[in-house]
Amino acid sequence: MPKHALTAFALTLSVVVPTAALAEWKPNRPVEFVAAAGPGGGTDTFARVVQSALSKNELLTTPIIVSNKSGGSGAETFIYAKSNKGDPYKLYFGTQDAYVLPLANKLSYSQKDLTPVAAMVFDPFILWVNPKTSGIEDVKGFIAKAKENPGQLKLGGAKAKEADETLMTLIEHKTGVDLTYIPYKSGSEAAIQVAGGHITANVNNPSESVEQWKAGVQKPLCVFESERLADKTVIADGMSWNDVPTCVEAGIDVKTFAQPRTIWAAADIPPEALAYYTELFTKAAGTPEFKGYQERGAQIPRLLTGDAFKDFIKQHEATYAEIYKANGWLRAEQ
Amino acid sequence: MGNFGQLMDGFAVALTAHHVMIMAVGVLLGLVVGVLPGLGAPNGVSLLLPLTFTMDPISAIILLTSMYWGALFGGSTTSILFNIPGEPSSVATTFDGYPLARQGQAVRALTLAFTSAGIGALTGVIVITLLSSWVANFAMRFGAAEYFAVYFMAFASFIGMAGGSPFKTLVSMMLGFAAATVGIDTISGESRLTFEIDELIGGISFLIAVIGLFGLGELLLTMEEGLKFEGVKAKLDMRTILRTVAEVPRYWVTLVRSALIGCWMGITPGGPTAASFMSYALGRRFSRRGRNFGKGEPEGIVAPETADHSAGSCALLPMLALGIPGSATAAVMMGGLMIWGLSPGPMLFSTRPDFVWGLIASMYMGNLIAVVLVLATVPLFAYILRAPFTVVGPMITIVCVIGAYTVANHVFDIWLALAFGIVGYVFKKLDYPLAPFVLAMVLGDKAEDAFRQAMLTSDGSPAIFFSNALVSTMMGLGILLLCLPLITVLFKGGLFGRPAAGDAEAHGRSA
Repeated sequence: MPKHALTAFALTLSVVVPTAALAEWKPNRPVEFVAAAGPGGGTDTFARVVQSALSKNELLTTPIIVSNKSGGSGAETFIYAKSNKGDPYKLYFGTQDAYVLPLANKLSYSQKDLTPVAAMVFDPFILWVNPKTSGIEDVKGFIAKAKENPGQLKLGGAKAKEADETLMTLIEHKTGVDLTYIPYKSGSEAAIQVAGGHITANVNNPSESVEQWKAGVQKPLCVFESERLADKTVIADGMSWNDVPTCVEAGIDVKTFAQPRTIWAAADIPPEALAYYTELFTKAAGTPEFKGYQERGAQIPRLLTGDAFKDFIKQHEATYAEIYKANGWLRAEQ
Repeated sequence: MGNFGQLMDGFAVALTAHHVMIMAVGVLLGLVVGVLPGLGAPNGVSLLLPLTFTMDPISAIILLTSMYWGALFGGSTTSILFNIPGEPSSVATTFDGYPLARQGQAVRALTLAFTSAGIGALTGVIVITLLSSWVANFAMRFGAAEYFAVYFMAFASFIGMAGGSPFKTLVSMMLGFAAATVGIDTISGESRLTFEIDELIGGISFLIAVIGLFGLGELLLTMEEGLKFEGVKAKLDMRTILRTVAEVPRYWVTLVRSALIGCWMGITPGGPTAASFMSYALGRRFSRRGRNFGKGEPEGIVAPETADHSAGSCALLPMLALGIPGSATAAVMMGGLMIWGLSPGPMLFSTRPDFVWGLIASMYMGNLIAVVLVLATVPLFAYILRAPFTVVGPMITIVCVIGAYTVANHVFDIWLALAFGIVGYVFKKLDYPLAPFVLAMVLGDKAEDAFRQAMLTSDGSPAIFFSNALVSTMMGLGILLLCLPLITVLFKGGLFGRPAAGDAEAHGRSA
């Protein structure tokens, strides 16, 4: 170890000191974007939109390759990052999963193996029902129905012990109802199950259910944000995203539960490379491609880099750890 | 016939010189990708995806789907020539395709596969054309219980198929289920059977298992049998191809049955791989020549190929109409759709009819181009088999190893494939069927998820599997298929005094 540290120190000296000016670093060979989700998933779309924004606007001229490592709910991606320590030609795309996955599962990576680069945008969460099959029209109706049938109301989401199920337990805590969670492979799958009337409700990012809303088989009850979504374009039933009440307004006291779309690098990448990517993704967030992606997904434009991002991670991880502890989901040795 | 008018509009979009050229390029790229095991259609399509960012969505989807067709065709080539399935959905093609090729009839085997695949694909597209508006509503009726019933039918049709020892079939299937559980469980979020090995956390890739079990396993067997390779006799004349094409309509019963199974499995969540297995199993059961299955029976090639391709085409429909991809490749394309700014869902058909119908029209053209191109490659591929085994053997090994590595760029996977190669060898030596193992691996975790979701929905009551007409019918059919061998044996036993012995024998080298 000391030997390692010495080498690292020497390297830092030789690299940093002579070329003190940052942002000198520039990729000169292909860059790999590793998405912690399968093709078609939210993280995959995120990575590919960033890829198209960068290459279309010639912000990054070396080729970009997007690959998917979705194994173990995305843990595969971050384990891969650990094995590529110091490699600035690989970037890892995820959500809060990067720091939440190790809370519940024994995994061979930890946050120390990752360098946070940026959170480019936040996906809000919405509570959906099928108004026709469930007879539920608003949050009050939802809570009343859940109280009438404790444990009988089925709420679907993507995967187990991740964002969706966590949010459901929050709803339960705040309203005192008892729901049954049903995990599916993806959020869109859960949405179709609600649309088909097989389960009562689901929690979801707006983009995963908007088409079902337009078709009249899903209805948004409330958004888990402190403020209403900004977009006032009418989507269906004469309603826009802005007409969807916040959950606090509607009677579920969960203030904010947005999902960050995050980018990471491996540990120990050169600081110049980190500076370069920070600037690159800041630029990417302003491109028309990325703006279009934000609008389509009714996302919350909020870019976090550097220390602001690190602080956010610390605080977000603590929030999750607290909920996980209350639910008994933390892995054994913690 | 509103659909027909819209289809004609679609042809107007798809039939420009530009788009036809894109189709040809896509098909050729797909062929290359499909022939290489491990690379596969999903990987190929995602490699091509960045190229489409600057294209308009219609050209982009035509390029990607054409590549998909090409890959589906290419996947059968290595199945037949080397017993290595290039695509998961062409595993069932090895059962009879490889034996037929070994008998020196590689040209016939390839032509049979491609022609029936083309017929299957066209049937699939016709079904899409006629039923597109109906399918979205129908697919909505599928809850967890219905999903499980679909998988149950696939398993049930298979258990009956194994003419050999039912015990061996069961053991093989259970091992497949065990392999499918490796990784993080969807329902509980816990990791299972990973032994804290990082590479196992994502589960065992089906492709790795198949490369080992079939490609390497067969290689070990061939080496033991004395390095014989009958491919030398392969005749290479165009007339054989034409004669074989003319032979295909003779199998019309198998064609119709397989196309129906394929469309059904493509629209429901079964997917092309399950469709090809189910079609093979049912073909073996119901064909008059069923007892020849596994020995190089033409119908044993026609059945899985037709179903595979009709399912592959139909699988695009749930993707467009619901945003639920019916296959891994459809999932990649759906990602593409979202990047081009389109949202798959029930409204896509009314908001972008030019896109949807342009795509459907291109499916007719693309498959036609694919059949012609692929038939033209038959002599080339058959020629490879003329090389002596001392050349082909190492080549297969290299293809297998590279294929195993390409799946996820893990060196660990190469060792895993070698281990599966030994498993495959042992299975064959002890006469355990491989097919149930493979089927359980493909559908095992999906069936498990669906079953547990159904149980959660019903609070543990199995009555949910008979709660409506749709699911009851499917479960009923499944149970019937499961009991069919028993009924047949009882019936024959009562009438002729002893059960038919041919099946067990036929199974010897089949799987």
